[in-house]
Amino acid sequence: MNACLQTITDYGLRAIGIGKRLLPREDFTLCEQFTLIGSGMIWNVYFGVLALIAGFGFATLLALGKTSNNKVIRKPSEWFIFLFRGSPLFIQFFFGYFLFLKLKTVFPIFAPFTAAWLGALVVLFFNTSAYTAEIFYGALRSIPKGDIESADAYGLSGWSRFKRVIWPTMLRLAWPAYTNEAIFLFHATTLVFFSGFPAWQQRGDALYYASYFADKTFNPFIPYPILAGYFILLTLCVIGLFSTVNRRLNRHLPSNTRQRLRIRPNLIR
Amino acid sequence: MACYLTTGKHMSIYWSVLTVLLLLGITAPTALAFGFAGASAARSRIAPVSWLGRGYIAVVRGVPDIAFFLFFVIALDQIIEVTRHHILCPDWVEPIRQGNDFVVCQAAKMPLGNAPQWVHESYGFAIAVFTFAIVFGAFAANVIQGAMAAVPRGQIETGESYGMTSRQTFWRILVPQMWVYALPGLSNLWMVLIKATPLLFLLGIQDIVYWARELGGIKTSRFTDYPHGDWRMWYFLALLVFYLIFTRVSEITLERLMARLTLGQATTAGEAQRKARTT
Repeated sequence: MNACLQTITDYGLRAIGIGKRLLPREDFTLCEQFTLIGSGMIWNVYFGVLALIAGFGFATLLALGKTSNNKVIRKPSEWFIFLFRGSPLFIQFFFGYFLFLKLKTVFPIFAPFTAAWLGALVVLFFNTSAYTAEIFYGALRSIPKGDIESADAYGLSGWSRFKRVIWPTMLRLAWPAYTNEAIFLFHATTLVFFSGFPAWQQRGDALYYASYFADKTFNPFIPYPILAGYFILLTLCVIGLFSTVNRRLNRHLPSNTRQRLRIRPNLIR
Repeated sequence: MACYLTTGKHMSIYWSVLTVLLLLGITAPTALAFGFAGASAARSRIAPVSWLGRGYIAVVRGVPDIAFFLFFVIALDQIIEVTRHHILCPDWVEPIRQGNDFVVCQAAKMPLGNAPQWVHESYGFAIAVFTFAIVFGAFAANVIQGAMAAVPRGQIETGESYGMTSRQTFWRILVPQMWVYALPGLSNLWMVLIKATPLLFLLGIQDIVYWARELGGIKTSRFTDYPHGDWRMWYFLALLVFYLIFTRVSEITLERLMARLTLGQATTAGEAQRKARTT
């Protein structure tokens, strides 16, 4: 028990560079595997949360751009969404990494982008923006005609109509799909350290450590189930959080017409 | 330029494109078969069979994606070797797991240590295909299960009223009718499958990602230096474009197929087609 507490203080924050420098080399205990893989989850949460928050705003803009009648706005939004939804995230990571490497030689300001914490975050941000924008675009198109007509009847127009009627309705309709996108994004964060982005000083994410253990022990039956367990917990947290928001978004509807969240995790994008 | 694009190594990248296509070509029908089996099992009336089908769908879909790929390749390999070990070397006394080592007798190695290179490569490829089929099979099973439930009850009742047995209604009505409901989900899955192919790289197959890294890099060739610096960015740009075109072409093909299948169906789209025809 005490040995395990020692392990937790040594490796609990190993993924962000605090604690013991050397990873355990032999005689891996269960405790070590739990602690290190858990510490790697810090990166998964970091990438997921920041990309989601930043992507939310950008996705709203993109979705509005895609519904725009102005060709100059619509075409770039359509292309952006197609580019990021049509190609594998894995290749996007590789391309992003080498693009940043190239840019670094010309503009030194891009140096931090070649590290995972910023570069991969940018790629994830663009990727989730494109997927979310498509969801929001679908929701914008299925806003009931009557809602907009009654907003017009009340004399709402422009920004106030968008803020009070269109945007909340869009969110309400898009929310179940958006929840799936969020879960999906957290799963996608595991790809970061398996693409071009290097794990500096062995500070990696949960999958990085899980595969480290699997490589060292030739026994995949322990680290990967641990990883799966952590991810199931994370997914449950996301579902809990999102369904609270979902209840708030739907609180004005009669209870029998409320949308329930249907959780359908998807796989690799 | 033409000379540069036809060096021996570049030929390998063209071959690896074929590898990817081959993987898609084998995986898609296998996964569909897995999915069909899973869905039929899940709606079986025999409880254990139904649990098996439901369990398969739930477990595979609940586990994070790449972890599953990484896990399954080693796990499958070890399961095969352990099974062979028990069959081929029954009088082996030492434990298989010795600390951090995984030890089976020589005869149980898969593939055999002295096998030629191509056997190793195709064994790795077969394991990869099987892994893809298991994972995507679960997703396909989910789609097919939904599609089977979506076939209007009245159509099956019609079959029953003609005196068909439940097996006959299954094969003659349910299965032919469900495709129109399954196709949107399955085409979505196909898109995801296309985009999952670069993960072959993680499974240790020399696929296009591998060759793009090799060819673009500076330190690649031991014998001749390529007349360029770090071109990996451009190689990955080419891959990106390749996938974009591939997705677009599939999208258009699947749309056509959907229009063909919708013909005369009792769905909104089928109704719209009928109206467009009569007016």
